[in-house]
Amino acid sequence: MQKPILEVNHLKKYFDVRGGVFGKKVGEVKAVDDVSFTVHEGEILGIVGESGCGKSTTGKTILRLIEPTEGEVKFEGENIAALSAEAMRKLRRDMQIIFQDPYASLNPRHTVEKIISEPLLIHGMGKKERKSRVKELLEVVGLSDYHASRYPHQFSGGQRQRIGIARALANNPKLIICDEPVSALDVSVQSQILNLMEGLRDQFNLTYVFIAHDLSVVKHISDRVGVMYLGRLVELTDKEKLYDDPKHPYTKALLSAVPVPDPDVEKERILLEGDVPSPSNPPTGCAFHTRCPVAMDICKTVRPTFEQAEVNHFVACHLYN
Amino acid sequence: MPNEVLKIEDLHTHFFTDQGEIPAVDGVSLTVHKGEVVGVVGESGCGKSVTSLSIMQLIPSPPGKIVGGSIHFKGEDLLSVSKKRIKEIRGNEISMIFQEPMTSLDPLFTIGNQLREAIRIHQKVTKKQANERSIEMLKLVGIPRAEAVMNEYPHQLSGGMRQRVMIAIAMSCDPEILIADEPTTALDVTIQAQILDLMKKLNQEKETAILMITHDLGVVAEICDRVIVMYAGQVVEEGTTREILKDPKHPYTKGLIRSIPKLHEKDQQLYSIPGTVPKPKMGNVGCRFNDRCEYAHDRCFAETPELFSIINNRYSRCFLLDDSEGKVVTDAEANIRS
Repeated sequence: MQKPILEVNHLKKYFDVRGGVFGKKVGEVKAVDDVSFTVHEGEILGIVGESGCGKSTTGKTILRLIEPTEGEVKFEGENIAALSAEAMRKLRRDMQIIFQDPYASLNPRHTVEKIISEPLLIHGMGKKERKSRVKELLEVVGLSDYHASRYPHQFSGGQRQRIGIARALANNPKLIICDEPVSALDVSVQSQILNLMEGLRDQFNLTYVFIAHDLSVVKHISDRVGVMYLGRLVELTDKEKLYDDPKHPYTKALLSAVPVPDPDVEKERILLEGDVPSPSNPPTGCAFHTRCPVAMDICKTVRPTFEQAEVNHFVACHLYN
Repeated sequence: MPNEVLKIEDLHTHFFTDQGEIPAVDGVSLTVHKGEVVGVVGESGCGKSVTSLSIMQLIPSPPGKIVGGSIHFKGEDLLSVSKKRIKEIRGNEISMIFQEPMTSLDPLFTIGNQLREAIRIHQKVTKKQANERSIEMLKLVGIPRAEAVMNEYPHQLSGGMRQRVMIAIAMSCDPEILIADEPTTALDVTIQAQILDLMKKLNQEKETAILMITHDLGVVAEICDRVIVMYAGQVVEEGTTREILKDPKHPYTKGLIRSIPKLHEKDQQLYSIPGTVPKPKMGNVGCRFNDRCEYAHDRCFAETPELFSIINNRYSRCFLLDDSEGKVVTDAEANIRS
């Protein structure tokens, strides 16, 4: 059995909704509502879901870029939800993040050298060392050292994402949270970045939590995949199992909705009715029961627990519990 | 042919900027027949959106200008008719839906207001009739509680619902052709499936032709009859959906298809086309794809390839398909197959 590097237990993040003249709390948005999973060393865990399902909030809460409301996040056995700000900063050397938008996540007034060496500076590296490290990093991600003196606007989207990756790699992290790293890129560039990320994982023995909405991309890169719906994990298993034998009705519908660029693939499409309900007022019981084609009476009242239906196949659905 | 709805021939749309003249659309030809769904695919900057805006004469001018070619709509030359006539056609006989449903609807007016406006501009109907027609359209596109939605504002609706409203507005005058510019890109997959289903249904029931602009080959496989692949302002390949997806001829199309992660296939190392899409510039000699192409040879840098006809309505802009060329072709072809 591999060693777990990250354990997330009953993680919750509620955002207050304030309103009225005095800004009184009038409700809360349950962005992440009791999510638990484990990530093993060297694996890529994919998290998929539609917009607003809480996948990005989960990623940011793991790094405590957003403070969790409840629950624990254990990194190498240590509960980081309870750490002080200073201890957390030291730990961030081992935990990094790559953001979705390569246009917004790089400071337009800084050169590439400054962007990449900033994390090195924070963790106390000398000037000379920093310079050579930046050079090294640029080569690792497929750029050249003369790029170091340029500004972000001089690069294309794919190149910018490479800079973002170089910055994340700067301090030799163990875990990288990738928050939709290829969604803003064109197909031909997307495959370059995916291949780069896979190569880096092998080269530096990294662990990724790969958050994306594109099921084909997640399938390609991940070892295990978790599916989120309205702040909850509904299914988590090996990628082959998930794609060959999905258990949760939502996973089935989601997979059947993906358009496949092959006219010979025959599919039975499960069309879901309506939209995702608002997370500020989620349905009672199972959050999916309002759109579920096989909903039963119990689904309306009792929230299904996230349990192991088969070996390493977790699902939150009354059909299997 | 009598059933040609839209015929574009050798269209050139250029932008005149501080950096000089940019040929965003550089000699594009395409035809859409009645009731047909034609896809235009390509990556960002390939000129697919500029092509669609050119048809509707919505290119901001300056800096943009259609400098050459012709656009015929049912035999009528759109580039030479009066502004008044264009206004009659736009939104009535040719409709368009855009990628971002939030920015295409006016946030200050109710849904009903915007639907009625579109109908009353183009048809001689009373307010009451326009109202009835609006409700009917909302029901047609599958909006529940249509009467109530008429009095709501765009911000009260979800992304999928807004795109349905956009489609309702676009379809309200029974257009001959609907130009859809990335209509599902901003939507989640389950909602995308609903919208594609709706568009297919409208295409079949009303025989509306659709020009589908998209970057997603999955969407193409789902809905299109024929596909046009664009690269750097030019058409590089044309064929039926099956031909393009199953037997691509142009190295760019091949590379594009191989670089998509497939849901239904076993994993393997993903192919990637090296380099990035070039910026269009004037006076380009040679194939636009030459610096990224693994089959590029001397001729690709010295001459600009034309669209070679392979069989009926099947074209590819690549010297590998030029029959007049001798041995190089066979060598390279063998390479591709191996």
